[in-house]
Amino acid sequence: MTSPNRTSSWLRYLHPAAVPPALRGWVLPALILFLWWAGYASGRFTNPLFVSPGKVVDAALELIRTGTLWQALSASLTRDLAGFAIGTLAGLALGTALGLFRLAENIFNPTLNAFKQVSIFAWVPLISLWFGLGDLAKIAFIALAAFWPAFINTLAAVRGVPKELVEVARVLGWNRQQLVRRVVLPAALPGIFSGVYLALIYAWLATLGSEYLLTAGTGIGNLLTDGQEQFRMDYVLLGVILVGLIGYGFTALAGGVERYFTRWQRR
Amino acid sequence: MLTQQPLLPLPTAPEPVAVRPARHWRLPRLPAAGRALIALMFPLALLGAWALATRYEWIAPQILPSPTTVLSALTELAQTGDLARNALVSFWRVVWGFGLGAALGLLLGVGFGLSSLLRDYVYPLFRAVAQVPVLGWLPFLILLLGMEEALKVVLVAKAVLVPVAINTDQGIRSVPPQYLEVARVYGFGRWQQLTRVILPAALPGIWNGIRYGLTNAWLALVAVELLASSEGLGFLIVYGRQLFQLDVVLAAVVIIGGVGFVLDKLLSVIEKRLLRWRREAF
Repeated sequence: MTSPNRTSSWLRYLHPAAVPPALRGWVLPALILFLWWAGYASGRFTNPLFVSPGKVVDAALELIRTGTLWQALSASLTRDLAGFAIGTLAGLALGTALGLFRLAENIFNPTLNAFKQVSIFAWVPLISLWFGLGDLAKIAFIALAAFWPAFINTLAAVRGVPKELVEVARVLGWNRQQLVRRVVLPAALPGIFSGVYLALIYAWLATLGSEYLLTAGTGIGNLLTDGQEQFRMDYVLLGVILVGLIGYGFTALAGGVERYFTRWQRR
Repeated sequence: MLTQQPLLPLPTAPEPVAVRPARHWRLPRLPAAGRALIALMFPLALLGAWALATRYEWIAPQILPSPTTVLSALTELAQTGDLARNALVSFWRVVWGFGLGAALGLLLGVGFGLSSLLRDYVYPLFRAVAQVPVLGWLPFLILLLGMEEALKVVLVAKAVLVPVAINTDQGIRSVPPQYLEVARVYGFGRWQQLTRVILPAALPGIWNGIRYGLTNAWLALVAVELLASSEGLGFLIVYGRQLFQLDVVLAAVVIIGGVGFVLDKLLSVIEKRLLRWRREAF
């Protein structure tokens, strides 16, 4: 099998299978970091864009000290969450309504399906014309981006509630409100959650996009574009790391919330 | 022989492509013609409201041009060849980016699915890279690659690579082990196991990734063309916006929606053909 070579004494520690599994994931990032640092320390790369890892840390410290980082973070997160909340709530409401009433679905869904096909970023120029370049336009765009996954998944989930469950509710003589609250929504919850989860991801993508395209104001996206325009690779790399960390935070949060609300399923 | 008790516990049927919706607790299904008629009501009302609002100038034409001007902008774009030229540029960017991203994503996904060693080493880094959305990488890649074609292809490829790799990996790891046992009983080699058992069984998952990847590719391309391009359908929007020619902007939005629609339909047709065996089998 993949057992390391036993004859040579120290070489076996270099075998990929000899590293404990918990450490394996760190090997590549550490190697990249080392090569990056070594490349910089060798002094062979004179391109000013080739910044050292230390410079990125310095940039982070500098932006923390001047308060710019906080400003950008809070601006981005506020508009992200505002847009996410508006878009997701609209998507949940409309998805549930169209899922429950076939007539409404027949009237609106084909049109919504047509609008869905337009790649969301294509709306930005129109949104900027209608809502300006400020927070209103950004939040409107983020809400639009969060709306689609929430709506599509909620509609599919409500539609897909097993009819046996609904029959039980009928037998028990529940009225429509009880049916929706006690049967349809709980049964549709996993599907709804995957929609909310996607909405969170799309909202974050849209936050960045809105800050790139609607340039007024501050935010992580502005930090990145400013860094790019001023050829400050340290700012850009810092921005990339921040974007990743925030995305990771959202993912972890959404996973935790989903586990909490669907814990009855595993019992 | 198959009518008797199966030798191996047959795995339960894979998750159906579309869950059969519970229909009867809602209103009964309308006939197709009735549905089409009802479906047309809303867009026609919308179009009517749009036409009236612009006709009587309730909304300034600088904010919302009339449907007829959008239509004439559309025909003008088609006649001057601007439409075909820009669409072709976007088309090739998607083709290259998608091809590159899907190929790499498949390789990576198959690698992750088959080798836990590769998975242990590369997956965390892959996840970290995937965590940053395409737009997050854009400024970095602009500094690295400039605004050339390579930038668009790389970004589209990244948008495709991630879902393809993740879904391929999941598809392979959820192949029922019984299938592999049968393959071993028949004396299949590793290559035969991969091509005859693992990949066909993982196909629905892989296809899911490809489908999602293509949608993502189109999304990413439009974003990049809006931000850093001088040609392409996304650029058409920027161009119209800069000249305050909103009819051109709206025409481009319509085209982008149309392309998205065609892509979606194309994929579902291919899906029907590709996964036909599954429905016949059970």
